[in-house]
Amino acid sequence: MNEAIFFLNNAVVPGLVIGSIYALGAVGITLIYGILRFAHFAHGDLMTMGGFVSYLLAIGLAGIGVSTTFPVAYLILPVAIAITAVAALAIDRMFYAPLRARGVKPVTLLVASIGVTMMIQGLIRLFFGTGTYNFFEATPKVIHQIRLPIEGVTRPISFTQPQVVMVLVTVAVVIALHFFLTRSRFGKAMRAVSDNADLAQVSGINLRMVVRITWIIAGGLACLAGTMLALDVTLKPDLAFNIILPIFAAAIVGGVGQVYGAIAGGYLIGFAESLSVFNWAVLLRPFRDQLPDWLPTNLAIVPTEYKLTVAFVILVITLLVRPTGIFRGASL
Amino acid sequence: MSLIELRSIVAGYGGAPILHGVDIAIDQSDIGVVVGPNGAGKSTTLKAVFGLLTVTAGSIVFDGADITNARSDRLVPMGLSYVPQEKNIFPTMSVEENLEMGAFIRRDDFSGSLASVYEMFPPLKEKRRQKAGELSGGQRQMVAIGRALMSRPRLLMLDEPSAGLSPRYVLEIFERIVAINKSGVGILMVEQNARQALQIASRGFVLAAGQNRFTGTGRELLDDPEVAKSFLGGAVPA
Repeated sequence: MNEAIFFLNNAVVPGLVIGSIYALGAVGITLIYGILRFAHFAHGDLMTMGGFVSYLLAIGLAGIGVSTTFPVAYLILPVAIAITAVAALAIDRMFYAPLRARGVKPVTLLVASIGVTMMIQGLIRLFFGTGTYNFFEATPKVIHQIRLPIEGVTRPISFTQPQVVMVLVTVAVVIALHFFLTRSRFGKAMRAVSDNADLAQVSGINLRMVVRITWIIAGGLACLAGTMLALDVTLKPDLAFNIILPIFAAAIVGGVGQVYGAIAGGYLIGFAESLSVFNWAVLLRPFRDQLPDWLPTNLAIVPTEYKLTVAFVILVITLLVRPTGIFRGASL
Repeated sequence: MSLIELRSIVAGYGGAPILHGVDIAIDQSDIGVVVGPNGAGKSTTLKAVFGLLTVTAGSIVFDGADITNARSDRLVPMGLSYVPQEKNIFPTMSVEENLEMGAFIRRDDFSGSLASVYEMFPPLKEKRRQKAGELSGGQRQMVAIGRALMSRPRLLMLDEPSAGLSPRYVLEIFERIVAINKSGVGILMVEQNARQALQIASRGFVLAAGQNRFTGTGRELLDDPEVAKSFLGGAVPA
């Protein structure tokens, strides 16, 4: 039983947490691809920027003497989301819109987004240096522990408060996004543009408006994911740049342009990673007397430091076997 | 005054112009049909009206307002609607959502228009929850025309509505177009199926090499031996 709880704490919870982050990032990437037809490489840095916006607001609030029993980051999150959404709109206006107006190929926009990546990271390093920041200097991170009332169980199920909040918020966002895309006038217009942009325009849908809504949603979700990730680990200038590749893998595995695919892909990659680095030998411990001695003590599929390869393996298999992804998105 | 008037339009895709002075004028009561050989600039004419390519000379006037080179999403609220020849549906959206997108510019209750589209095309009502991309060619064309009607246009422009349809559907689509016109919507359509289309036309325009060659009522063009010989594939059958 203790082993099962160890599995829950060290494989299921981390998978759920990182899967939520990947899902929120991949939804943004897939929406941008669906509407603007390019791979937005700077999305990770938009997430990092969102984390830093939240951090600045949090220390600002602490500076004027606001103190809360919970991390102040939850309080300022809506403001941070709004600021990051505006920043995403500004980035589009300054860097991508002029290129679109010239009718450039998608690969040019991709390269431009790599430039934006470097610019955002440079700006963050300029103001914050290369160090790491912690949201929990004032208030300690709350750790929930659930002890099961079963004899012989010594290990509690444990997870942190930000992890719970993150998973709940992700579920809420997914539901909200679903209703937005299937019920609202502008949500449907976004799907129409993603389906057939020319026809959407001749139907009277203002493409610029749809592009703006896309950036607001993608920027807002990026801020949410970046802040949540910073709450779970620590904030640093390359926070989300380091996970942009699994996020892209999630979007591609799910089917590019497919929102539900991106969510499924996010959790798939997240769980694949956490299950691959989990030491399966732990689960065999109750049977150690019957097992041969030559069995190694570590049975993880890949060592932790090679976690990134898991996303790549899944990505390569997807591209070979089903290039359009699980939900049959655009073929790359 | 005509509902729409194209005066000596010169237009193209950026290179050499494809249209070298096209003149078209129709009233709201008209079914205007543009026919002509491949490459004559028929579809290009419709695209030029709908702001999908650049008009370099001449002018387009709709109901007294100059709409030369207007952006297409601005034309829909003015009362123009356009059904492209290909890719004229939203394939992953349901039939009903396709129709809703046609009514995107309307902020009033459009359930009446929805009901009348379903009345005109009963198969669509049955399949309203189905993805439009899963429908047959004829039903897709119904979705496309239905979508264009949802904005309550005064002028409906159709680019080869019968292309790729079986003869049964061609007849049905033409009948519907006549009915739409009777309900007070001007029609301007391009057709490959020239003889059949001119039979329902009140105004016919024969284009060749980007210029008007013949203009008249549909009957006049059908009866003109020269038009019949050059553009309708032989003499009028007895």
